[in-house]
Amino acid sequence: MLAYMIRRLLYVIPVAFGVSVICFMLVHIAPGDPLTAVMPIDATAEQQAAMRAEYGFDRPLPVQFGIWLGNALQGDLGSSIATGRPVAAEVRRAVGNTLILAFTASLIGFPLGIFFGFVAGTFKDTLIDRAVTALAITGVSVPNYWLGIVLVAVFSVTLGWLPSTGAGPGGSTAWAWDIEHLRFILLPAITLAVVPMGIVTRTVRALVGDILSQDFVSALEAKGLSGTGVLRHVIRNVTPTTLSVVGLQLGYLLGGSILIETVFNWPGTGFLLSNAIFQRDLPLLQGTILVLALFFVFANLLVDLAQPLVDPRIKRG
Amino acid sequence: MFLKPLRQAVLAVATVALFSTSALAAGTLRIGMTASDIPLTTGQTDQGGEGMRFMGYTVYDSLINWDLSSADKPSTLTPGLATEWSTDPEDRTKWTFKLREGVKFHDGSDFTADAVVWNLDKLLNDKSEQYDTRQAAQGASRIPSIASYKVIDPLTVEIVTKQPDATLPYQIAWIMFSSPANWEAQDKSWEKVAAHPSGTGPWKLESFVPRERAELVPNLDYWDKTRVPKLDKMVLIPLPEPNARSSALLSGQVDWIEAPAPDLVPALEGNGFKIVSNTYPHNWTYHFSRLEGSPWNDINVRKAANLAVDRAGLKQLLGGLMVEAKGFMPPSSQWFGKPEFDVRYDPEAAKEYLAKAGYGPDKPLKVKALISPSGSGQMLPLPMNEFIQQNLAAIGIDVEFEVVEWNTMINIWRAGAADPSAQGAQSINFSYFIQDPFTGLIRHLSCDLIAPNGTNWGHYCDPEMEELFKKIRTTFDPAEQDEVLRKTHEKYVNDALFLFVAHDVAPRAMSPKVKGFVQAQNWFQNFSGITIEE
Repeated sequence: MLAYMIRRLLYVIPVAFGVSVICFMLVHIAPGDPLTAVMPIDATAEQQAAMRAEYGFDRPLPVQFGIWLGNALQGDLGSSIATGRPVAAEVRRAVGNTLILAFTASLIGFPLGIFFGFVAGTFKDTLIDRAVTALAITGVSVPNYWLGIVLVAVFSVTLGWLPSTGAGPGGSTAWAWDIEHLRFILLPAITLAVVPMGIVTRTVRALVGDILSQDFVSALEAKGLSGTGVLRHVIRNVTPTTLSVVGLQLGYLLGGSILIETVFNWPGTGFLLSNAIFQRDLPLLQGTILVLALFFVFANLLVDLAQPLVDPRIKRG
Repeated sequence: MFLKPLRQAVLAVATVALFSTSALAAGTLRIGMTASDIPLTTGQTDQGGEGMRFMGYTVYDSLINWDLSSADKPSTLTPGLATEWSTDPEDRTKWTFKLREGVKFHDGSDFTADAVVWNLDKLLNDKSEQYDTRQAAQGASRIPSIASYKVIDPLTVEIVTKQPDATLPYQIAWIMFSSPANWEAQDKSWEKVAAHPSGTGPWKLESFVPRERAELVPNLDYWDKTRVPKLDKMVLIPLPEPNARSSALLSGQVDWIEAPAPDLVPALEGNGFKIVSNTYPHNWTYHFSRLEGSPWNDINVRKAANLAVDRAGLKQLLGGLMVEAKGFMPPSSQWFGKPEFDVRYDPEAAKEYLAKAGYGPDKPLKVKALISPSGSGQMLPLPMNEFIQQNLAAIGIDVEFEVVEWNTMINIWRAGAADPSAQGAQSINFSYFIQDPFTGLIRHLSCDLIAPNGTNWGHYCDPEMEELFKKIRTTFDPAEQDEVLRKTHEKYVNDALFLFVAHDVAPRAMSPKVKGFVQAQNWFQNFSGITIEE
């Protein structure tokens, strides 16, 4: 087991390197000039060349990559071209805001998803199952930015109950878990929770239905085990797969959603990323993508390491 | 099971949240900007015209300001931190600026001639301690004429230009003056100054959260008592997404938004919001290639195209939010003049001109145009271009579009018509900031500025026009200079040097509570007279 864990940890290194190469190169392939954000568009060719040299964009790409990677390994992701502020600090603040949103969305999406999945799986092929399945499919299929716009139109614009944008009355730096701030997070969190909820519902429903139809359940029931006792067995069997699906969805939530954060002007990683894209802010773009990609890598790592603990059938060695 | 308490908790939170309301401070104006970040706060702003509007002319002053007091006439230059300026008749490169006495920065330090020189060094002298790359990137290209500068006495500064250049006052109006004492107090770090800036302007920056909000409060000691803000506070919120901006206004989170999407204007008006707009120095044109072989070299083709565009129809398409172009400058501009060629919609006359060039509906002229699907100042480029395409097809000009992403288009525009990236297109659909003689007229057609050295995209070069540009730069009497500018613009129109289409009207939507705003015919605005009615 220990050997497996070490090996699994070591795999992270080439994956992370691959991720860094891809995210560095991708943003350089994209069209547009990274200096657009910092220069008046009619700056002369000479001024542009001077700026290009100042930011190091005149060097060959492999050299730029080497310098960037070297700094990144020391936790320095460079400075944003558009704002001049350190990328690491910008990403840290945005990640903090996205975590708040992801955490709230998880609190809504995962428990509801698991609950609905259990209900639908238990009452498979009944009216309840169909209703829950329809709800889950709707959740997965409805474009969430559209849902966000509709929620804003109803709850902010028409009813005037909840704010439509921002992360609190004074911005995100003064975030607190109080009513005033929860009013700001409710709509984006619900919008964000809908897709993971739908996916988890469908996964759990399929698993529960499958396990309930297996012989060992009939044997348990024949043995005279109570409903709760059977349920405990079902839960133990459902947990590993659910966990890996939840892990992947958690990665999705942590990644921040460009569309949802843009619709709600939520100052998280998705919002940062969309700003970086539109301003061609390469260091900010690279830094944000790198941190988000590493989130995925580590979320998968955690799930892989946690699975043997909850399912003894999975022997890693 | 575990779900029940959780659901109860979520419901409880939702219920409490739904019925609580937030109180609003009195006299606070909250503005949703189109920028995605708070503009640079240290003095020379980024984010183009919007940056100067909200973080330049609010917190700072220039030696020469724009007069933003009237909505009815084109805005002109007015004394700012300098009370008067003049050139030496013996040596026209020598300018003397007399500074306003008793002006203080927000940190309490005095504004003096030393501060002027210090600020010019900040932008132009990379050996100086206070040189700031970010501000220099924004400011240096605005004052290309300046060769040197020095303190004459505590309230007099001398600026020397490279050649005689009568457009210097317009260049100077771009330059914002930040406090040297404050920079010292912030450990000589511009990053720290960004959080605690100090200018001389009517507003002081009280606090800001990057990408989220900036709060400005009045500078009650402002030197121009007519521009001391009446509000308690002005909050700037970046809301780049047009729908999010409109929702924020409709839900009462902001009182004012910049650039509402035209299709949302009827809905906003229906909900009792005011739409304020005014003409300002902006245009939306086709910049023609004048390289050998371009069909736009023929004046008959250029005139035909200009007569083929149904601008009134286009205005209807935009919900009335444009001014129909009659030339390069808006018709109300002080530099419009009296051109002989009347830019109007007259398809029959257009066909006659095209026939003179040897084309017509039976023998269509094929041209290629670069357009972008979006972009700053480009208004609604796709429907507008399709409309123009139909207009031109009706007289016998078949336009093939080369659609490129906006940032790519900027690069193609910088590179010029001859660059391979232009893909042989004979025109580019570009919108322009045309507030002063240089950005308005000189930079587009000057022989020295042929791309990629400058922004003369089409490689136009004409001795007569060159003479006019020279005269603009060497006519030091403002009234006479205006006369030369009018002559120059007349030539722009008479020679039909662009396809003149539209001028934007800078629409902004605001709550009926906002009172006292006068929208000047300028990219920058004055927020001092505004009040919020409770």
